Amino acid sequence: MSLLAAIGLRIPGRLEATSLTIEAGTLTCLIGPNGSGKTSLLHAIAGVGSPEGEVQIDGIDSRRVGPRKRQRLLTFSPASRDIKWPLVARDLIRLGGEDDLAIVVDDLELEQLADRRVDRLSTGERARVLLARALAPQPRLLLLDEPVANLDPLWQLKLMQLLREVAREAGRAVLMASHDLTLAGRFADRLIVMQTGCVVADGGPELLDGKLIGAVFGVERRDGAWWPVPRSPEDPRSSP
Amino acid sequence: MKAGWLLFGALVAVAVLSFVTPWRPIAALLAEDRGLALAVMVELRLPRVLLAIAYGAMLGAAGAAVQALFANPLASPDLTGTTSGAALGAVVTAYLFGFSAPLALSIGSVAGALGALGLLIALAGPRAETATLLLSGLAISALAGALTTLALALAPSPFAFYDAYDWLMGSLIDRSLEQAAFAALPAIVAIALLWRLRFALDSLTLGEEVAQSLGHDIAQIRIRIVVVTALGVGACVAIAGAIGFLGLVAPIFARRLTSGHPGQAILPAALIGALLLLGADLAVRLAPLGRTLPIGVVTALLGAPFFLWLVAHMRWRLSA
Repeated sequence: MSLLAAIGLRIPGRLEATSLTIEAGTLTCLIGPNGSGKTSLLHAIAGVGSPEGEVQIDGIDSRRVGPRKRQRLLTFSPASRDIKWPLVARDLIRLGGEDDLAIVVDDLELEQLADRRVDRLSTGERARVLLARALAPQPRLLLLDEPVANLDPLWQLKLMQLLREVAREAGRAVLMASHDLTLAGRFADRLIVMQTGCVVADGGPELLDGKLIGAVFGVERRDGAWWPVPRSPEDPRSSP
Repeated sequence: MKAGWLLFGALVAVAVLSFVTPWRPIAALLAEDRGLALAVMVELRLPRVLLAIAYGAMLGAAGAAVQALFANPLASPDLTGTTSGAALGAVVTAYLFGFSAPLALSIGSVAGALGALGLLIALAGPRAETATLLLSGLAISALAGALTTLALALAPSPFAFYDAYDWLMGSLIDRSLEQAAFAALPAIVAIALLWRLRFALDSLTLGEEVAQSLGHDIAQIRIRIVVVTALGVGACVAIAGAIGFLGLVAPIFARRLTSGHPGQAILPAALIGALLLLGADLAVRLAPLGRTLPIGVVTALLGAPFFLWLVAHMRWRLSA
Protein backbone atom coordinates (compact mmCIF):
# COMPACT_ATOMS: atom_id res chain seq x y z
CA MET A 1 0.00 0.00 0.00
CA SER A 2 1.22 3.49 -0.82
CA LEU A 3 1.99 5.86 2.04
CA LEU A 4 -0.16 8.57 0.47
CA ALA A 5 -3.20 7.94 -1.70
CA ALA A 6 -4.92 11.15 -2.80
CA ILE A 7 -7.97 10.88 -5.00
CA GLY A 8 -9.76 13.62 -6.93
CA LEU A 9 -8.00 16.56 -5.29
CA ARG A 10 -9.34 19.79 -6.69
CA ILE A 11 -9.35 23.50 -5.79
CA PRO A 12 -11.61 25.39 -8.22
CA GLY A 13 -9.62 27.85 -10.30
CA ARG A 14 -6.25 26.72 -8.95
CA LEU A 15 -5.93 22.96 -9.19
CA GLU A 16 -7.58 20.63 -11.73
CA ALA A 17 -8.74 17.24 -10.46
CA THR A 18 -5.57 15.37 -9.50
CA SER A 19 -4.97 11.92 -8.10
CA LEU A 20 -1.62 10.95 -6.73
CA THR A 21 0.15 8.24 -4.76
CA ILE A 22 3.45 8.54 -2.92
CA GLU A 23 5.49 5.56 -1.77
CA ALA A 24 7.22 5.42 1.59
CA GLY A 25 10.95 6.03 1.49
CA THR A 26 10.89 8.64 -1.26
CA LEU A 27 11.73 12.31 -1.60
CA THR A 28 9.48 13.84 -4.26
CA CYS A 29 9.92 17.32 -5.71
CA LEU A 30 7.07 19.30 -7.20
CA ILE A 31 8.43 21.55 -9.91
CA GLY A 32 6.76 23.99 -12.25
CA PRO A 33 6.76 27.71 -13.09
CA ASN A 34 5.12 30.32 -10.85
CA GLY A 35 1.38 29.80 -10.69
CA SER A 36 1.54 26.23 -11.96
CA GLY A 37 -0.28 24.81 -8.93
CA LYS A 38 2.55 23.42 -6.76
CA THR A 39 1.38 25.21 -3.63
CA SER A 40 -2.25 24.38 -4.46
CA LEU A 41 -1.44 20.68 -4.65
CA LEU A 42 0.34 20.85 -1.29
CA HIS A 43 -2.64 22.76 0.13
CA ALA A 44 -5.06 20.16 -1.21
CA ILE A 45 -3.13 17.31 0.42
CA ALA A 46 -2.71 19.23 3.70
CA GLY A 47 -6.40 20.22 3.77
CA VAL A 48 -5.85 23.97 3.51
CA GLY A 49 -8.75 26.02 2.13
CA SER A 50 -11.36 23.23 2.07
CA PRO A 51 -10.22 21.38 -1.07
CA GLU A 52 -12.29 18.68 -2.75
CA GLY A 53 -11.12 15.08 -2.75
CA GLU A 54 -9.90 12.44 -0.36
CA VAL A 55 -6.51 12.00 1.27
CA GLN A 56 -5.44 8.73 2.87
CA ILE A 57 -2.16 8.23 4.68
CA ASP A 58 -1.46 4.61 5.48
CA GLY A 59 -5.13 3.94 4.86
CA ILE A 60 -6.26 6.59 7.39
CA ASP A 61 -8.42 9.46 6.17
CA SER A 62 -6.34 12.42 7.35
CA ARG A 63 -9.32 14.78 7.25
CA ARG A 64 -11.16 12.80 9.91
CA VAL A 65 -8.58 12.80 12.70
CA GLY A 66 -7.93 15.49 15.31
CA PRO A 67 -4.94 17.86 15.30
CA ARG A 68 -2.73 15.71 17.57
CA LYS A 69 -3.14 12.57 15.51
CA ARG A 70 -3.15 14.45 12.24
CA GLN A 71 0.31 15.88 12.74
CA ARG A 72 1.70 12.39 13.18
CA LEU A 73 0.29 11.64 9.74
CA LEU A 74 1.28 14.85 7.99
CA THR A 75 2.62 18.31 8.63
CA PHE A 76 2.79 21.21 6.21
CA SER A 77 5.20 24.10 6.23
CA PRO A 78 4.23 26.97 3.90
CA ALA A 79 6.56 29.15 1.88
CA SER A 80 5.78 32.16 4.05
CA ARG A 81 8.27 32.75 6.87
CA ASP A 82 5.84 35.06 8.63
CA ILE A 83 5.35 34.32 12.34
CA LYS A 84 2.57 36.32 13.93
CA TRP A 85 3.66 36.42 17.59
CA PRO A 86 7.20 36.82 18.97
CA LEU A 87 7.50 33.41 20.58
CA VAL A 88 10.79 31.87 21.67
CA ALA A 89 11.97 29.47 18.95
CA ARG A 90 11.76 26.42 21.24
CA ASP A 91 8.11 27.21 22.11
CA LEU A 92 7.26 27.66 18.46
CA ILE A 93 8.79 24.29 17.57
CA ARG A 94 6.83 22.74 20.43
CA LEU A 95 3.55 24.31 19.33
CA GLY A 96 2.15 20.94 18.29
CA GLY A 97 2.66 19.63 21.82
CA GLU A 98 5.94 17.78 21.28
CA ASP A 99 8.20 17.64 24.32
CA ASP A 100 11.24 15.87 22.94
CA LEU A 101 12.95 18.30 20.61
CA ALA A 102 16.47 16.87 20.95
CA ILE A 103 16.49 15.24 17.51
CA VAL A 104 15.27 18.21 15.48
CA VAL A 105 17.36 20.70 17.44
CA ASP A 106 20.37 18.54 16.78
CA ASP A 107 19.62 17.86 13.11
CA LEU A 108 19.01 21.50 12.30
CA GLU A 109 21.80 22.82 14.55
CA LEU A 110 19.39 24.97 16.50
CA GLU A 111 21.19 24.87 19.88
CA GLN A 112 22.17 28.51 19.55
CA LEU A 113 18.77 29.61 18.24
CA ALA A 114 16.35 27.63 20.37
CA ASP A 115 16.15 30.15 23.20
CA ARG A 116 15.95 33.27 21.05
CA ARG A 117 12.78 35.06 20.04
CA VAL A 118 11.75 34.30 16.48
CA ASP A 119 11.27 37.97 15.55
CA ARG A 120 14.99 38.47 16.19
CA LEU A 121 16.14 35.69 13.87
CA SER A 122 17.22 36.16 10.27
CA THR A 123 14.97 34.86 7.49
CA GLY A 124 17.22 31.84 6.97
CA GLU A 125 17.30 31.03 10.68
CA ARG A 126 13.54 31.35 10.84
CA ALA A 127 13.27 28.95 7.90
CA ARG A 128 15.17 26.33 9.92
CA VAL A 129 13.00 26.91 13.01
CA LEU A 130 9.84 26.55 10.92
CA LEU A 131 11.15 23.34 9.37
CA ALA A 132 11.93 22.06 12.87
CA ARG A 133 8.30 22.75 13.83
CA ALA A 134 7.10 20.62 10.93
CA LEU A 135 9.60 17.84 11.71
CA ALA A 136 9.05 17.71 15.48
CA PRO A 137 5.90 15.54 15.49
CA GLN A 138 7.76 12.97 13.31
CA PRO A 139 5.01 12.96 10.65
CA ARG A 140 4.71 10.13 8.14
CA LEU A 141 4.42 12.61 5.28
CA LEU A 142 6.21 15.94 5.33
CA LEU A 143 4.78 18.59 2.99
CA LEU A 144 7.09 21.54 2.38
CA ASP A 145 6.64 24.60 0.20
CA GLU A 146 10.00 26.05 -0.89
CA PRO A 147 11.95 24.84 2.15
CA VAL A 148 15.34 25.95 0.83
CA ALA A 149 14.36 29.44 -0.37
CA ASN A 150 16.37 32.18 1.42
CA LEU A 151 18.99 29.74 2.68
CA ASP A 152 22.70 30.03 2.02
CA PRO A 153 24.26 27.41 -0.30
CA LEU A 154 25.68 25.29 2.53
CA TRP A 155 22.35 25.15 4.34
CA GLN A 156 20.52 24.39 1.10
CA LEU A 157 22.69 21.28 0.76
CA LYS A 158 22.51 20.34 4.44
CA LEU A 159 18.74 20.68 4.41
CA MET A 160 18.26 18.62 1.27
CA GLN A 161 20.49 15.91 2.74
CA LEU A 162 18.49 15.95 5.95
CA LEU A 163 15.21 15.75 4.04
CA ARG A 164 16.51 12.79 2.06
CA GLU A 165 17.49 11.04 5.29
CA VAL A 166 14.03 11.73 6.74
CA ALA A 167 12.43 10.37 3.59
CA ARG A 168 14.51 7.19 3.85
CA GLU A 169 13.30 6.43 7.37
CA ALA A 170 10.85 3.55 7.61
CA GLY A 171 7.33 4.46 6.59
CA ARG A 172 8.04 8.12 5.88
CA ALA A 173 8.18 10.34 2.80
CA VAL A 174 8.78 13.97 1.86
CA LEU A 175 6.90 15.96 -0.76
CA MET A 176 8.31 19.41 -1.44
CA ALA A 177 7.84 22.20 -3.94
CA SER A 178 10.97 23.84 -5.26
CA HIS A 179 12.14 26.22 -7.94
CA ASP A 180 15.71 24.95 -7.71
CA LEU A 181 15.89 22.43 -10.55
CA THR A 182 19.52 21.60 -9.86
CA LEU A 183 18.88 20.64 -6.21
CA ALA A 184 15.70 18.82 -7.24
CA GLY A 185 17.57 16.81 -9.85
CA ARG A 186 20.31 15.95 -7.43
CA PHE A 187 18.33 14.94 -4.34
CA ALA A 188 14.83 13.92 -5.44
CA ASP A 189 13.87 10.32 -6.19
CA ARG A 190 10.89 11.50 -8.16
CA LEU A 191 9.86 14.68 -9.92
CA ILE A 192 6.28 15.81 -10.50
CA VAL A 193 6.06 18.55 -13.12
CA MET A 194 3.10 20.92 -12.96
CA GLN A 195 1.71 23.47 -15.37
CA THR A 196 -1.49 25.57 -15.16
CA GLY A 197 -2.98 23.54 -12.32
CA CYS A 198 -2.27 20.09 -13.81
CA VAL A 199 0.38 17.42 -13.39
CA VAL A 200 2.04 17.22 -16.84
CA ALA A 201 4.83 14.78 -16.09
CA ASP A 202 5.88 12.39 -13.36
CA GLY A 203 9.14 10.46 -13.25
CA GLY A 204 12.74 10.24 -12.12
CA PRO A 205 15.41 12.97 -12.18
CA GLU A 206 16.12 12.13 -15.84
CA LEU A 207 13.01 14.17 -16.67
CA LEU A 208 15.19 17.26 -16.35
CA ASP A 209 17.11 16.30 -19.47
CA GLY A 210 14.04 15.74 -21.64
CA LYS A 211 12.28 18.15 -23.98
CA LEU A 212 9.45 18.61 -21.52
CA ILE A 213 11.35 20.92 -19.17
CA GLY A 214 12.05 23.27 -22.09
CA ALA A 215 8.36 23.32 -23.00
CA VAL A 216 7.19 23.90 -19.41
CA PHE A 217 9.84 26.25 -18.04
CA GLY A 218 11.40 27.72 -21.21
CA VAL A 219 14.85 26.63 -19.96
CA GLU A 220 17.19 23.77 -20.84
CA ARG A 221 20.37 22.26 -19.36
CA ARG A 222 23.57 22.82 -21.34
CA ASP A 223 27.09 22.22 -19.99
CA GLY A 224 25.70 21.64 -16.49
CA ALA A 225 23.90 25.01 -16.28
CA TRP A 226 20.39 26.21 -17.08
CA TRP A 227 19.83 28.44 -20.12
CA PRO A 228 16.75 29.97 -21.72
CA VAL A 229 15.55 27.87 -24.65
CA PRO A 230 16.58 29.80 -27.81
CA ARG A 231 13.58 30.94 -29.80
CA SER A 232 13.26 29.23 -33.17
CA PRO A 233 13.20 31.42 -36.30
CA GLU A 234 9.60 30.27 -36.97
CA ASP A 235 8.53 31.49 -33.55
CA PRO A 236 6.45 34.59 -34.22
CA ARG A 237 7.64 36.12 -30.93
CA SER A 238 11.28 36.15 -32.08
CA SER A 239 10.70 38.43 -35.06
CA PRO A 240 11.11 42.11 -34.19
CA MET B 1 1.22 27.65 36.01
CA LYS B 2 2.77 29.08 39.15
CA ALA B 3 2.08 32.59 37.90
CA GLY B 4 -1.50 31.52 37.28
CA TRP B 5 -2.00 30.48 40.92
CA LEU B 6 -0.30 33.66 42.05
CA LEU B 7 -2.72 35.68 39.94
CA PHE B 8 -5.63 33.70 41.29
CA GLY B 9 -4.44 34.30 44.86
CA ALA B 10 -4.08 38.02 44.19
CA LEU B 11 -7.58 38.09 42.74
CA VAL B 12 -9.07 36.42 45.80
CA ALA B 13 -7.17 38.80 48.07
CA VAL B 14 -8.31 41.92 46.22
CA ALA B 15 -11.87 40.56 46.09
CA VAL B 16 -11.92 40.08 49.87
CA LEU B 17 -10.32 43.49 50.32
CA SER B 18 -12.91 45.23 48.18
CA PHE B 19 -15.62 43.25 49.96
CA VAL B 20 -14.69 44.73 53.33
CA THR B 21 -13.61 48.22 52.13
CA PRO B 22 -14.48 50.65 53.57
CA TRP B 23 -14.40 48.72 56.81
CA ARG B 24 -15.54 51.42 59.24
CA PRO B 25 -19.26 51.56 58.38
CA ILE B 26 -19.45 47.78 58.31
CA ALA B 27 -17.77 47.54 61.70
CA ALA B 28 -20.15 50.12 63.10
CA LEU B 29 -23.14 48.27 61.68
CA LEU B 30 -21.87 44.92 62.95
CA ALA B 31 -21.80 46.33 66.46
CA GLU B 32 -25.37 47.59 66.20
CA ASP B 33 -27.25 45.24 63.92
CA ARG B 34 -25.68 42.05 62.58
CA GLY B 35 -28.53 41.40 60.16
CA LEU B 36 -28.29 44.81 58.57
CA ALA B 37 -24.52 44.51 58.26
CA LEU B 38 -24.95 41.19 56.51
CA ALA B 39 -27.59 42.67 54.22
CA VAL B 40 -25.25 45.50 53.21
CA MET B 41 -22.50 43.01 52.46
CA VAL B 42 -24.67 40.63 50.45
CA GLU B 43 -27.06 43.05 48.74
CA LEU B 44 -24.71 45.93 48.01
CA ARG B 45 -21.11 44.82 48.07
CA LEU B 46 -21.28 41.24 46.82
CA PRO B 47 -22.94 42.14 43.47
CA ARG B 48 -20.40 44.89 42.93
CA VAL B 49 -17.46 42.53 43.52
CA LEU B 50 -19.00 39.76 41.42
CA LEU B 51 -19.78 42.16 38.60
CA ALA B 52 -16.24 43.57 38.62
CA ILE B 53 -14.74 40.08 38.48
CA ALA B 54 -17.09 38.84 35.75
CA TYR B 55 -16.86 41.93 33.56
CA GLY B 56 -13.09 42.30 33.97
CA ALA B 57 -12.52 38.61 33.24
CA MET B 58 -14.82 38.73 30.22
CA LEU B 59 -13.03 41.75 28.75
CA GLY B 60 -9.63 40.16 29.34
CA ALA B 61 -10.59 36.83 27.77
CA ALA B 62 -12.40 38.46 24.84
CA GLY B 63 -9.45 40.75 24.22
CA ALA B 64 -7.03 37.83 24.22
CA ALA B 65 -9.22 35.80 21.85
CA VAL B 66 -9.78 38.68 19.43
CA GLN B 67 -6.09 39.59 19.45
CA ALA B 68 -5.15 35.98 18.75
CA LEU B 69 -7.72 35.72 15.97
CA PHE B 70 -6.59 38.88 14.20
CA ALA B 71 -2.94 38.18 15.12
CA ASN B 72 -2.83 41.77 16.29
CA PRO B 73 -2.12 43.14 19.78
CA LEU B 74 -4.19 46.26 19.08
CA ALA B 75 -7.47 44.39 18.67
CA SER B 76 -9.85 44.51 21.64
CA PRO B 77 -13.60 44.61 22.22
CA ASP B 78 -13.68 48.38 22.81
CA LEU B 79 -11.28 49.48 20.06
CA THR B 80 -13.12 47.34 17.53
CA GLY B 81 -16.49 48.83 18.46
CA THR B 82 -17.99 45.75 20.16
CA THR B 83 -18.71 47.51 23.46
CA SER B 84 -20.13 50.59 21.69
CA GLY B 85 -22.36 48.32 19.61
CA ALA B 86 -23.54 46.57 22.77
CA ALA B 87 -24.24 49.93 24.46
CA LEU B 88 -26.24 51.05 21.44
CA GLY B 89 -28.27 47.83 21.55
CA ALA B 90 -29.04 48.29 25.24
CA VAL B 91 -29.95 51.99 24.87
CA VAL B 92 -32.30 51.31 21.96
CA THR B 93 -33.94 48.46 23.90
CA ALA B 94 -34.36 50.51 27.07
CA TYR B 95 -35.22 53.98 25.81
CA LEU B 96 -36.83 53.49 22.41
CA PHE B 97 -38.58 50.17 22.93
CA GLY B 98 -39.10 50.70 26.64
CA PHE B 99 -37.96 47.26 27.87
CA SER B 100 -35.81 47.56 30.95
CA ALA B 101 -35.85 44.01 32.34
CA PRO B 102 -32.31 42.59 32.60
CA LEU B 103 -33.05 39.86 30.06
CA ALA B 104 -34.39 42.32 27.46
CA LEU B 105 -31.39 44.59 27.97
CA SER B 106 -29.04 41.65 27.60
CA ILE B 107 -30.67 40.52 24.38
CA GLY B 108 -30.55 44.03 22.93
CA SER B 109 -26.96 44.44 24.00
CA VAL B 110 -25.80 41.08 22.60
CA ALA B 111 -27.55 41.89 19.32
CA GLY B 112 -25.75 45.24 19.18
CA ALA B 113 -22.38 43.59 19.89
CA LEU B 114 -23.01 40.95 17.22
CA GLY B 115 -23.90 43.63 14.70
CA ALA B 116 -20.73 45.60 15.48
CA LEU B 117 -18.46 42.55 15.26
CA GLY B 118 -20.13 41.34 12.07
CA LEU B 119 -19.69 44.78 10.54
CA LEU B 120 -16.04 44.80 11.62
CA ILE B 121 -15.28 41.51 9.87
CA ALA B 122 -17.18 42.66 6.79
CA LEU B 123 -15.25 45.95 6.71
CA ALA B 124 -11.79 44.88 7.78
CA GLY B 125 -11.80 41.38 6.32
CA PRO B 126 -10.82 38.19 8.09
CA ARG B 127 -7.07 38.90 8.03
CA ALA B 128 -7.24 42.49 9.09
CA GLU B 129 -4.11 44.58 8.98
CA THR B 130 -3.61 46.93 11.89
CA ALA B 131 -4.59 50.05 9.96
CA THR B 132 -7.82 48.63 8.51
CA LEU B 133 -8.72 47.01 11.82
CA LEU B 134 -8.32 50.22 13.80
CA LEU B 135 -9.96 52.42 11.18
CA SER B 136 -12.94 50.07 10.90
CA GLY B 137 -13.17 49.89 14.69
CA LEU B 138 -13.03 53.68 14.90
CA ALA B 139 -15.75 54.06 12.28
CA ILE B 140 -17.98 51.51 14.02
CA SER B 141 -17.43 53.10 17.45
CA ALA B 142 -18.20 56.56 16.06
CA LEU B 143 -21.32 55.31 14.31
CA ALA B 144 -22.55 53.41 17.37
CA GLY B 145 -21.81 56.41 19.60
CA ALA B 146 -23.71 58.79 17.33
CA LEU B 147 -26.65 56.39 17.09
CA THR B 148 -26.65 56.00 20.89
CA THR B 149 -26.88 59.79 21.30
CA LEU B 150 -29.61 59.91 18.65
CA ALA B 151 -31.58 57.17 20.40
CA LEU B 152 -31.32 59.06 23.71
CA ALA B 153 -32.38 62.32 22.02
CA LEU B 154 -35.40 60.65 20.48
CA ALA B 155 -36.31 58.82 23.69
CA PRO B 156 -39.75 59.69 25.11
CA SER B 157 -38.27 60.25 28.59
CA PRO B 158 -36.86 63.78 29.01
CA PHE B 159 -34.36 62.46 31.57
CA ALA B 160 -32.90 59.84 29.21
CA PHE B 161 -29.51 61.56 28.86
CA TYR B 162 -29.07 62.19 32.56
CA ASP B 163 -30.36 58.75 33.35
CA ALA B 164 -28.10 56.92 30.94
CA TYR B 165 -24.96 58.94 31.55
CA ASP B 166 -23.55 57.02 34.51
CA TRP B 167 -24.39 53.71 32.93
CA LEU B 168 -22.86 54.65 29.58
CA MET B 169 -19.59 55.58 31.27
CA GLY B 170 -19.56 52.18 32.94
CA SER B 171 -20.69 51.66 36.50
CA LEU B 172 -20.77 48.76 38.92
CA ILE B 173 -22.75 50.53 41.62
CA ASP B 174 -26.26 49.73 42.84
CA ARG B 175 -26.68 46.50 40.94
CA SER B 176 -28.67 43.65 42.47
CA LEU B 177 -27.41 40.09 42.84
CA GLU B 178 -29.82 39.09 40.10
CA GLN B 179 -28.37 41.69 37.74
CA ALA B 180 -24.83 40.58 38.58
CA ALA B 181 -25.84 37.02 37.72
CA PHE B 182 -27.18 38.20 34.35
CA ALA B 183 -23.68 39.41 33.53
CA ALA B 184 -21.65 36.73 35.31
CA LEU B 185 -23.31 33.58 33.98
CA PRO B 186 -22.95 34.43 30.27
CA ALA B 187 -19.41 35.65 31.01
CA ILE B 188 -18.42 32.34 32.61
CA VAL B 189 -19.89 30.34 29.73
CA ALA B 190 -18.22 32.63 27.17
CA ILE B 191 -14.79 32.43 28.83
CA ALA B 192 -15.05 28.63 29.01
CA LEU B 193 -15.99 28.44 25.32
CA LEU B 194 -13.12 30.75 24.32
CA TRP B 195 -10.68 28.74 26.45
CA ARG B 196 -11.58 25.62 24.46
CA LEU B 197 -10.25 27.33 21.33
CA ARG B 198 -6.81 28.01 22.82
CA PHE B 199 -4.81 25.44 20.85
CA ALA B 200 -6.40 26.43 17.55
CA LEU B 201 -5.64 30.08 18.33
CA ASP B 202 -2.06 29.19 19.29
CA SER B 203 -1.60 27.42 15.97
CA LEU B 204 -2.62 30.63 14.19
CA THR B 205 0.80 31.95 15.24
CA LEU B 206 2.09 30.05 12.22
CA GLY B 207 -0.59 31.48 9.95
CA GLU B 208 -3.91 30.22 8.70
CA GLU B 209 -2.38 27.70 6.29
CA VAL B 210 -0.64 25.77 9.08
CA ALA B 211 -3.65 26.01 11.39
CA GLN B 212 -5.83 24.52 8.66
CA SER B 213 -3.29 21.83 7.86
CA LEU B 214 -3.54 20.78 11.52
CA GLY B 215 -7.28 20.35 11.02
CA HIS B 216 -8.53 23.57 12.62
CA ASP B 217 -11.51 25.02 10.80
CA ILE B 218 -10.56 28.69 10.89
CA ALA B 219 -13.78 30.01 9.34
CA GLN B 220 -15.78 28.21 12.02
CA ILE B 221 -13.47 29.40 14.80
CA ARG B 222 -13.87 32.99 13.60
CA ILE B 223 -17.67 32.73 13.78
CA ARG B 224 -17.51 31.09 17.22
CA ILE B 225 -15.29 33.83 18.62
CA VAL B 226 -17.54 36.55 17.20
CA VAL B 227 -20.71 34.99 18.63
CA VAL B 228 -19.23 34.04 22.00
CA THR B 229 -17.51 37.41 22.49
CA ALA B 230 -20.69 39.26 21.56
CA LEU B 231 -22.65 37.12 24.03
CA GLY B 232 -20.29 37.61 26.96
CA VAL B 233 -19.37 41.25 26.40
CA GLY B 234 -22.95 42.16 25.45
CA ALA B 235 -24.35 40.65 28.65
CA CYS B 236 -21.82 42.56 30.77
CA VAL B 237 -22.41 45.87 28.94
CA ALA B 238 -26.16 45.50 29.46
CA ILE B 239 -25.65 45.44 33.22
CA ALA B 240 -22.63 47.67 33.80
CA GLY B 241 -22.25 49.86 30.72
CA ALA B 242 -19.23 50.31 28.48
CA ILE B 243 -15.86 49.88 30.18
CA GLY B 244 -12.85 50.51 27.97
CA PHE B 245 -9.23 49.48 27.55
CA LEU B 246 -9.19 46.42 29.83
CA GLY B 247 -9.62 44.14 26.84
CA LEU B 248 -6.59 45.77 25.27
CA VAL B 249 -4.32 45.81 28.31
CA ALA B 250 -4.99 42.49 30.05
CA PRO B 251 -3.96 40.19 27.15
CA ILE B 252 -0.70 42.06 26.67
CA PHE B 253 0.33 41.27 30.25
CA ALA B 254 -1.13 37.77 30.01
CA ARG B 255 1.02 36.83 27.02
CA ARG B 256 4.11 37.58 29.11
CA LEU B 257 3.01 34.73 31.38
CA THR B 258 2.42 32.27 28.53
CA SER B 259 5.73 33.08 26.78
CA GLY B 260 3.83 34.72 23.96
CA HIS B 261 1.28 31.96 23.25
CA PRO B 262 -1.82 33.94 22.24
CA GLY B 263 -4.44 31.24 22.82
CA GLN B 264 -3.23 30.03 26.20
CA ALA B 265 -3.23 33.68 27.29
CA ILE B 266 -7.05 33.65 27.39
CA LEU B 267 -7.36 32.41 30.99
CA PRO B 268 -4.51 34.52 32.44
CA ALA B 269 -5.97 37.51 30.58
CA ALA B 270 -9.31 36.82 32.25
CA LEU B 271 -7.64 36.75 35.68
CA ILE B 272 -5.69 39.93 34.96
CA GLY B 273 -8.78 41.66 33.59
CA ALA B 274 -10.74 40.78 36.73
CA LEU B 275 -7.88 41.93 38.93
CA LEU B 276 -7.56 45.25 37.06
CA LEU B 277 -11.26 46.04 37.20
CA LEU B 278 -11.52 45.10 40.88
CA GLY B 279 -8.47 47.25 41.56
CA ALA B 280 -9.92 50.17 39.59
CA ASP B 281 -13.19 49.83 41.51
CA LEU B 282 -11.31 49.82 44.80
CA ALA B 283 -9.44 52.94 43.71
CA VAL B 284 -12.75 54.63 42.85
CA ARG B 285 -14.07 53.80 46.31
CA LEU B 286 -11.00 55.03 48.15
CA ALA B 287 -10.47 58.20 46.09
CA PRO B 288 -11.27 61.22 48.25
CA LEU B 289 -13.44 62.98 45.67
CA GLY B 290 -16.70 63.26 47.53
CA ARG B 291 -18.60 61.66 44.67
CA THR B 292 -18.13 58.26 43.06
CA LEU B 293 -16.46 58.38 39.67
CA PRO B 294 -17.89 56.10 36.95
CA ILE B 295 -15.45 53.20 36.76
CA GLY B 296 -15.19 53.53 32.97
CA VAL B 297 -13.56 56.94 33.49
CA VAL B 298 -10.86 55.37 35.64
CA THR B 299 -10.07 52.54 33.21
CA ALA B 300 -9.97 55.03 30.34
CA LEU B 301 -7.71 57.42 32.25
CA LEU B 302 -5.28 54.58 32.93
CA GLY B 303 -5.80 52.68 29.68
CA ALA B 304 -5.57 55.48 27.14
CA PRO B 305 -1.96 56.46 27.98
CA PHE B 306 -1.05 52.77 27.86
CA PHE B 307 -2.64 52.56 24.43
CA LEU B 308 -0.65 55.61 23.28
CA TRP B 309 2.54 53.99 24.54
CA LEU B 310 1.61 50.80 22.68
CA VAL B 311 1.02 52.67 19.42
CA ALA B 312 4.37 54.44 19.76
CA HIS B 313 6.02 51.10 20.57
CA MET B 314 4.46 49.46 17.54
CA ARG B 315 5.11 52.26 15.08
CA TRP B 316 7.81 50.25 13.33
CA ARG B 317 5.28 47.53 12.71
CA LEU B 318 2.60 49.94 11.52
CA SER B 319 4.95 51.63 9.09
CA ALA B 320 6.46 48.37 7.85
